[in-house]
Amino acid sequence: MEKHAILNGKLIPYLLLAPQLLITVIFFYWPATQAIWQSFLLEDAFGLSSEFVGFENYQVLFRRPEYYQAMATTAVFATLVAVLSMSIALWLAAMADKNIKAAGAYKTLLIWPYAVAPAVAGVLWIFMFHPSLGMLARPLRLMGIDWNPLLNGRHALVLVTFASAWKEVAYCFLFFLAGLQSIPRSVIEAAAIDGARPFRRFWTIIFPLLSPTTFFLVVVIVVYVFFDTFGIIDAVTGGGPAGATTTLVYRVYADGRLGGDLGGSAAQSVILMVIVIALTAIQFRYIERKVQY
Amino acid sequence: MVESRRYRNIGAYTVLSLGVLIFAFPVYVAIIASTHENATIMNGNMPLLPGGQAAENYYRTIFLGGVRSAREPVGNMMLNSFIVAMGIAVGKIFISILSAFAIVYYRFPLRKAAFWVIFITLMLPIEVRIYPTYKIVADLGLLDTYTGLILPLIASATGTLLFRQFFMTVPDELLEASKMDGAGAFRFFKDTLLPLSLTTMAALFVIQFIYGWNQYLWPLLITTRDDMQTVVIGIKKLLTTQDALSEWHTAMTTAVLAMIPPVLVVLLMQRLFVKGLVETEK
Repeated sequence: MEKHAILNGKLIPYLLLAPQLLITVIFFYWPATQAIWQSFLLEDAFGLSSEFVGFENYQVLFRRPEYYQAMATTAVFATLVAVLSMSIALWLAAMADKNIKAAGAYKTLLIWPYAVAPAVAGVLWIFMFHPSLGMLARPLRLMGIDWNPLLNGRHALVLVTFASAWKEVAYCFLFFLAGLQSIPRSVIEAAAIDGARPFRRFWTIIFPLLSPTTFFLVVVIVVYVFFDTFGIIDAVTGGGPAGATTTLVYRVYADGRLGGDLGGSAAQSVILMVIVIALTAIQFRYIERKVQY
Repeated sequence: MVESRRYRNIGAYTVLSLGVLIFAFPVYVAIIASTHENATIMNGNMPLLPGGQAAENYYRTIFLGGVRSAREPVGNMMLNSFIVAMGIAVGKIFISILSAFAIVYYRFPLRKAAFWVIFITLMLPIEVRIYPTYKIVADLGLLDTYTGLILPLIASATGTLLFRQFFMTVPDELLEASKMDGAGAFRFFKDTLLPLSLTTMAALFVIQFIYGWNQYLWPLLITTRDDMQTVVIGIKKLLTTQDALSEWHTAMTTAVLAMIPPVLVVLLMQRLFVKGLVETEK
């Protein structure tokens, strides 16, 4: 798509582009290149000298069980958050789509958690479920669960999942509601005339028609879990206990902190970049397809 | 055609109302905690009704900060967060409206290249290049400065793509008419394009303000001085003053304060917020 009416000027367009290009080069391309370069270097303990070691940092990385643990944690965490937040959001959106008068008000009352900072969301949830002072930890204990997210890795992962999903339902709800509202009534009425009950209509007609939205949201949630949940994890568990909530991004942070293992941290950054670029590519193929509809 | 709705609607109202209550509960608990003494919270039997310490807690937190370790007033942290969020929102709108204008309305060598250079940054957040970026900011002497907090976070393509998309929908006739009136590029931009872009700008502003206010990892790394902390970082520091002695009442008061600006923005500018979310697709 191109404009036909354009402006003349040789120098002006470069001047207009200069601020963004300058910032992008200094704070994006330069550090990204550095990350790639550093991932091939090995620094001594004092950061005084470094030597080129090829793929050694990557080889070391893929020999470390902690890295596989972080991968597995990220995958489990992303799946849990996606399933939990999308099913709750879809249920709420289906309810709000029933032409009810107050749909607008409910929308307002459901979308605000999106605006809460991840770290703040983490603090809210650890406060409710803190093993010694959390008001919801007590009922859990009365039910016979030895609840302690500060010591039990599985409990910790459940807690960060709930805090993450709490924030993400708002986003999914908005997109599911928009998706539901764009399904023509006639399709649903036709199914009703054919005798399909509401439950059947939902699973055989409405849900398949929503699949582009569902797919889009899966990618968005994966990116959210990769990056934005850092604040939640750092506030709730600090990656623990025993690395049970250390995601890939948390590893990058923890390994490179205080000038620790910069080469290994950089190698992890590069792997993350590759994963995100792949996700972006998938997302764009989907958007192209959507345009053709 | 579709079944009569009355009973199903009662079900829908019930589910939605329960949803609203469950989602609001964590925030309700935080607000309640911000009105009690620390001792009441620490014994694990905090009531579900407000206590009498609200004025005291909020006054202490805003003007004095925590009791033991983090003595930085939260009011000051809120100001830092506000400056950073505004800087990110305004800065991003400024650089991206200019670059989109150049890409859409001019033809020049390397135009496609410039577009791709910007475009590639779209989905690579700062987390994937965090330590090298830290080093650059340190080398530039920008640690503990607002510039250092803001600039690396506006290096992304979202705004440029949004404005480009919008400019493409502006009819060519407007530029032709403007040219016929003898207006130059600057007057076309200022008198025609800018007024048309106001809604898009506002939507982008809402999204970027929230994004900036809620930043965590970047400010955590590059602020070492307490008086440069943002409020989101401040909460975490209040809690890591070692478990048993954490000042939960101050932390929860701070959490409530930290939520107010972005949540207000969403509630008051809901339509712009939704527009921004849908159009930037995050």
